[in-house]
Amino acid sequence: MNQAPPAPVVEMRDISISFPGVKALDGVDFRMFPGEVHSLMGENGAGKSTLIKALTGVYGIDAGTITLAGDRVSFSGPAQAQAAGISTVYQEVNLLPNLSVAENIMLGREPRRLGSIGWRAMRRRAAELLAGLNLDIDPGSLLGDHSLAVQQLVAIARAIDVQAKVLILDEPTSSLDADEVAELFRVIRSLKEQGVAILFVSHFLDQVYEICDRLTVLRNGKLVGEYLVDELLRIDLVQKMIGKELTTLDDLEQRARSVVVDDSDAAVFVNAAGLGRRGAINPADLPIAAGEVVGLAGLLGSGRTEFARLLGGIDRADAGELTIGGRPTKLRTPRQAIAHRIAFSSENRRDEGIVGDLTVRDNIVLALQADRGWFRPIPKKRQDELAQSYIQALNIRPGNPDALVRNLSGGNQQKVLLARWLAIAPRLLILDEPTRGIDIGAKAEIQKLVFNLAENGMSVLFISAELEEVLRLSHRIVVLRDRHVVADLENDGLTVDSLLALIADGSVESDEPVRDVAAAASVTAASVTGHTEDPTADHPAPTTADHTEGGRR
Amino acid sequence: MTKLIDAPARPGRPAGPGRGGPAGGTGPGGGGTRRNVGSGIRNLMTSPKYGPVMVTAVLFVAVFVIGGVRYRGFFSGQVFLNLLVDNSYLIVLAVGMTFVILTGGIDLSVGAVVALSGMIAASLLQTGWSPGAVIPLILVLTSVLGLLVGLMIHVFKVQPFIATLAAMFLARGLCYVISQSSIAITDPTFVQLAVARIPLGGGLSITASVIIALVVVALAVWVLHATRFGRTVYAIGGGETSGLLMGLPVARTKVLVYVISGFCSGLAGVLFTFYTLSGYPLTAIGTELDAIAAVVIGGTLLTGGYGFVLGSVLGVLVLGVIQTIITFEGTLSSWWTRIFIGVLLLVFIILQKVLTARRR
Repeated sequence: MNQAPPAPVVEMRDISISFPGVKALDGVDFRMFPGEVHSLMGENGAGKSTLIKALTGVYGIDAGTITLAGDRVSFSGPAQAQAAGISTVYQEVNLLPNLSVAENIMLGREPRRLGSIGWRAMRRRAAELLAGLNLDIDPGSLLGDHSLAVQQLVAIARAIDVQAKVLILDEPTSSLDADEVAELFRVIRSLKEQGVAILFVSHFLDQVYEICDRLTVLRNGKLVGEYLVDELLRIDLVQKMIGKELTTLDDLEQRARSVVVDDSDAAVFVNAAGLGRRGAINPADLPIAAGEVVGLAGLLGSGRTEFARLLGGIDRADAGELTIGGRPTKLRTPRQAIAHRIAFSSENRRDEGIVGDLTVRDNIVLALQADRGWFRPIPKKRQDELAQSYIQALNIRPGNPDALVRNLSGGNQQKVLLARWLAIAPRLLILDEPTRGIDIGAKAEIQKLVFNLAENGMSVLFISAELEEVLRLSHRIVVLRDRHVVADLENDGLTVDSLLALIADGSVESDEPVRDVAAAASVTAASVTGHTEDPTADHPAPTTADHTEGGRR
Repeated sequence: MTKLIDAPARPGRPAGPGRGGPAGGTGPGGGGTRRNVGSGIRNLMTSPKYGPVMVTAVLFVAVFVIGGVRYRGFFSGQVFLNLLVDNSYLIVLAVGMTFVILTGGIDLSVGAVVALSGMIAASLLQTGWSPGAVIPLILVLTSVLGLLVGLMIHVFKVQPFIATLAAMFLARGLCYVISQSSIAITDPTFVQLAVARIPLGGGLSITASVIIALVVVALAVWVLHATRFGRTVYAIGGGETSGLLMGLPVARTKVLVYVISGFCSGLAGVLFTFYTLSGYPLTAIGTELDAIAAVVIGGTLLTGGYGFVLGSVLGVLVLGVIQTIITFEGTLSSWWTRIFIGVLLLVFIILQKVLTARRR
């Protein structure tokens, strides 16, 4: 496996792509071999997505050459790339919720007779493909009725149907649980045996190390190098990706333990008493003191986001009382919450967060401007100051306030969102999955920021599927299960294992929660099968990508 | 065996905008067949795909029954067939409009194009052209106009609303260029084609227009549900970027949709001329809005992606039956039709919102 097969199936040379205000790729080389799983690694903004889109024909390249199976190609659209044998599953599920599962798999190459689509043959073929993925759903059902994880697998079914020479999976596992990931890996391995070149992009190092043979590292739109996975230690990989020594997280770790908020003394800023909403979250109590970081831990669908939405005024509570700063209050709209200096940053960055067609500056001042009211525009000079100071403080790249936010990478978009909320000087900042789908460096920066904010007296409600992250940041952890709050604990001696036990404990079915727990903790099959050659494999607890095996333990 | 099986039943992502599955229903197993049927019907009614069109079907039957109970002679086959006879042009228009709205677009030019077709027909027939040449010429001209509109929308990324508004003014203006007053049609073949009744037995009869309209409907149903082009139309409405990334011919389809709408408006213009036997530059003002209303009442979402041609036909029939009831009532002015359509549209859009919102 280690020696390279003779000829690469994809060879990209000296690729450069620019967007207004952003040089996304700068002279990058990249190649893929048949029967090999290749990973593209890099921080957000490193140019991974751009490189993929250049290969799939979504973006034209400004300079450089692309060779596919020995032939020079230049694609003018995704259809051409697909026809040439390059199949892609994008990070955001790019399927059609209004059509059936079968159509989503087969559309564009449906079996036809006399111009008519052969519906029966199409459903049969789709059912076969789904069966190959062990996915038992009705091909005739509407795609929109299925969960995101299933939609993701349907997208993969679509991609493998085309007999692709090259299969690109961009963050395919971000919405899958551990079992689903294992299924996916099984499919990847069988495709690999068939000689397909697979590009697997993921932020989960464990997964990369489990499934990939070769990896290419990008940083700031430039090539760092191409390595064999077996020959590159994780710590080296992380350093190559970040380009600096990884000390931030270690610092944080120590501080997290040292800062202890005595919440009996601290003024309780927000107090939810029996706050609930039918069909979303059962009535629960949650006091949050000033300067306290409260972590919400629980599975997907445990009610953690739903609870946060009540506090952020996004959804209206239909039970219980909310006290803000000692006064009973009813939050009906996010606007009211903002007036009370409560900011809610949604996990759904794209749809509920950024405004892609506005500039970084406009996105940053948006909440502040809305809060001031539209008849008191923020002076241009003040806007520039705000934007500049947050770009510097949060290290937003590119540091151009006039860049359109949609041209930024996920991590930088998240930072812009943070800046937007910080600009209104919130007293409670609710962060729902602020680090999902973003890389280690940005993650560390955001975590550090949360910490500094809390030290300065801001309360933070922090939601993350990664328990390590919750443990690292929170003073107090509230555990949710099945839309109930099941525990409210000081973060003192808690471990991932004890949290897992709390999340899983007392559930009716024994099998299911354990599986989902695994998902919540982002356990990958790697920690199960074990990578003995790996220096981090002796960790008893499941590890995740953001662990940055910098020798913390 | 596989854990993936139950995946769809699990609640979706917490704050994902939308689908939490049938909330609460997945918990305890329980529930008998009756509950399943009940929830099946509820699912059907709240499904964005079938819900609105089911509501329209129920509404049509209800209005028809009310008419039947209230007025003597309402419950006759001919009253129903006359709905088709009187509205055949609107059915054709609504079919074209359905294609456009399914992609998330809109076509405001169709009313003016109907008038223009009538003007061209009347003036050319007056100068002695044969209907066998005039009708195909009209269809070609209006299709070309649709093509230009489609290209404008696709190439220059003009909003469909603006592009078709421009086409509307253009077509309406051209009517006046042809003539400022009404031109009667006296061509014997054309008149014969227009007024001939095709007996169906039992004293029932229809006109050639009805047959043409029904053929158009059948063709449209086939195209939308059984061809790649048709599915691409739905795909564009469901998500243009996704369709593009899936390698579908989005650009071609988007342009073609306006060609189809142009063709349908031309054909509807011919059918309308059958009905009036004259060309008049002021006819069919606001007809585009009738067509849009019929499509919306027929359950097609204005944002695209969901809807059926047969729903639009139902929508036209609902409009028609209201008009018929007002005629039967006798004391109400025909403007009451508009008021009822207005109320109905409002109710429908709210209903669609409520039904689809409940699912979320």
